[in-house]
Amino acid sequence: MKKTIFLGTLTAVGLVAGAAAAGTLDDVKARGTLNCGVVTGLAGFGAPDANGQWQGFDVSVCRAVAAAVFGDPTAVEFIPTTGKTRFTALASGEIDMLARNTTWTFSRDVDLKFEFIGINYYDGQGFMVPASLGVSSAKELNGATVCIQTGTTTELNLADFFEENNLEYEPVPIETNAEAQQQYLAGACDVYTTDASGLAATRATFENPDDHIILPEIVSKEPLGPLVRHGDPEWGDVVRWTLNALIAAEELGVTSANVAELAEGTENPEVNRLLGSEGNLGEMLGLEADWAKNAIMANGNYGEIFEKNIGENTPIGLARGLNAQWTEGGLIYSPPFR
Amino acid sequence: MSDTHAQSVAFVRNTEIPPSLPPDTEGGVIKWVRENLFPNVLSGILTIVALYFIIRLSIFVVPWIWNGVWGADSLTNCREVLGGKTGACFSVITDRWHQLLFGAAYPRDLFFLSTMTGVPVADLVTPGGVRENTNFFQEFFFGYWRPVLAFVLLFVAIAPVLFSELPRKMLITTAIYPFAAFWLVWGGSLWVPVTILASLAIAYFAYSFVVNRSFFLGALSFLAVLILLLFDPIAMLINAAEFGRNSLAFLGWQRAENALPWVTVMEQNYPWLMNIFPLNAHVVEGLSTISSVSLASVPSRELGGFMLNMILGTVCVSLSLPLGILLALGRQSNLPLIKWVCVIFIEFIRGVPLITLLFVANVVLAYFLPPESNPDLIIRVMIMITLFASAYIAEVVRGGLAALPRGQYEAADSLGLEYAQAMRLIILPQALKISIPGIVNVAVGLFKDTTLVSIISMFDLVGLIRGPILASTDWNGVYWELFGFAALLFFVICYAISQYSQWLERKLQTGHR
Repeated sequence: MKKTIFLGTLTAVGLVAGAAAAGTLDDVKARGTLNCGVVTGLAGFGAPDANGQWQGFDVSVCRAVAAAVFGDPTAVEFIPTTGKTRFTALASGEIDMLARNTTWTFSRDVDLKFEFIGINYYDGQGFMVPASLGVSSAKELNGATVCIQTGTTTELNLADFFEENNLEYEPVPIETNAEAQQQYLAGACDVYTTDASGLAATRATFENPDDHIILPEIVSKEPLGPLVRHGDPEWGDVVRWTLNALIAAEELGVTSANVAELAEGTENPEVNRLLGSEGNLGEMLGLEADWAKNAIMANGNYGEIFEKNIGENTPIGLARGLNAQWTEGGLIYSPPFR
Repeated sequence: MSDTHAQSVAFVRNTEIPPSLPPDTEGGVIKWVRENLFPNVLSGILTIVALYFIIRLSIFVVPWIWNGVWGADSLTNCREVLGGKTGACFSVITDRWHQLLFGAAYPRDLFFLSTMTGVPVADLVTPGGVRENTNFFQEFFFGYWRPVLAFVLLFVAIAPVLFSELPRKMLITTAIYPFAAFWLVWGGSLWVPVTILASLAIAYFAYSFVVNRSFFLGALSFLAVLILLLFDPIAMLINAAEFGRNSLAFLGWQRAENALPWVTVMEQNYPWLMNIFPLNAHVVEGLSTISSVSLASVPSRELGGFMLNMILGTVCVSLSLPLGILLALGRQSNLPLIKWVCVIFIEFIRGVPLITLLFVANVVLAYFLPPESNPDLIIRVMIMITLFASAYIAEVVRGGLAALPRGQYEAADSLGLEYAQAMRLIILPQALKISIPGIVNVAVGLFKDTTLVSIISMFDLVGLIRGPILASTDWNGVYWELFGFAALLFFVICYAISQYSQWLERKLQTGHR
């Protein structure tokens, strides 16, 4: 993921002049729409479709939060941000939350003063090679030429991996994913490396996807998640528990199809607490009792969102892997609703 | 015929011998080829090399275009139709032309479209959001009639500026056009542009009242009346105070807690337009209660595509031209304050890359201005591009001013003209004529530079291609067709500008260079 030191510093300085002190939740309610920072375009994760409607995995988080706050998943103003403008947009108060496949790192959390409210996708850096190369492991890549996006953490991860394994490589620096696709297909490099989700999406667009394989090694941790500004824990809670509600809903078997029915009341007290027929969780957040029901109705639970946007039946075709529920061997886990 | 020689010679030819054809090597195609392609050995070799490359290129490009697929609904589908042949996938343009031209989400006027085509509104879009039951022309002219009309009117409005043969009364359309176009593209209440136009008309009346005494006084009264009418002076003071306060905070001074409580009131109550024209806002409110004429309002964020490039290009060129001329004159001024302000401004702007200014517009201003009064991103970007272009135009015009012989200035002085008259009547007409190529150069460059806004996440033509379209699972992987289309659009406009300027230069050629 991209990071620009200059803008980071600017962000930190800017915080002195910083965002409005009043509660973000109150500001959002008064405004009537949620300003959500999203990517300018990343297959499966967020982009406006042919009708200008924003769609995607990250976009669904924005819609769920809007549904939780207003009961209306369309009450979102999507503000496209680039890797360079995303943090300043959040720090300056132009957006209320950022859901833009951003890696949770120490310095972003602590130094840039943001609050990552959870992880909605566990990614990691991988390698793609032409099948004709006859390679089955990244450790066999000695002497390979590697297409790599400059100025990203992937560049550093790559250097670390090859040094650890005593391998030689020759980097071919490129600027954008589009350029990388062209260079790789033209044979300018043997290997293309970026986040595994990006590799899968790229491979899916090739004329002959089967001629290319993604190697099993994942060489870095890229936990992607939505984030908000430091210093407003109430708003952070709203976003955090909206995401948790989507995750818990999948675990509890609540889907967009049955949520209305289950909200009437069930045998399971946790479902009842989640959907507001029992207890006052919504009130504690400063929201309506049916906040989680609305969030789930917006796009479905976490699993439905995954399957619809990036799952195996989409052209992106990502397997759940690490992003399966903890009960199914993945890392996706929500604290209890109690 | 005369019989003079009838006795002395046997035969006199009295008609001309028809000219014989030149030798085959000295005429027709062969001559042209020999003289133009193979005049000597070096040129001959270059011709052969060039031919080789042209043929190599067309072997690839011609079938690529010829086999192009137009009706497919995704890249995968395109590849199926092509079945392994080389061919372009132009379907992306037929599928997304409305986004490429008008932006990702610029709304169609469904009501008008339905009225004109007779298709019920409900049938224009499927529940899945797919547009149907209309063809390209219906959608272009009826669905997007507002931006299309604004584009067509642009030519009506600039015609009298570009061609001096047209009647001068047509300049009225030029004056009205910015307001009409604003209303068409952004929509909202008709009263907004009308009241602003009315304010301008009143200010012009004030100007014409005073201008006989002095041009300078006239201009001053024009500005004064305009400011009084358009802006709420108190609100301006408040904003200035807020701007200063935030700037201080940015530089390290902490802002005092609970200071200036009235500022928060302002912050909450003024969206950007109201903040720029507060007094008008009240008038508009009043008029709207009497009668409301309005088009569906389109938020700036939904503007995009080539339309955004056109808007930025035309607005910024037309604003930067007068500003640039003023800066050029200011730089030559005898008054040290004006001179140095202009010099510092020009040198600063020229020393900073445009992309830096755009980042300032997008990111840094957000810290200085209170969130609610922060003008639209598109307005901020317009201001920055205008400032940037005006510095360059100022230098071009300064070149024109410097090229005028000293005698022209002295002649104006000896006629007893005051400064404004001398500039307006004698110096500038000549200096601007000399500057035309340079100004056109800046204008064309500026127009192409508007694509830089894609880097600050605006969906202009290039931003749309790089963002939404290449990120859609349908079209990820289509590059040449999209960027070729973008290049074509830009080429058409830039070539037209360049042809016009050459025509203008020829027309203004008075023979004493």
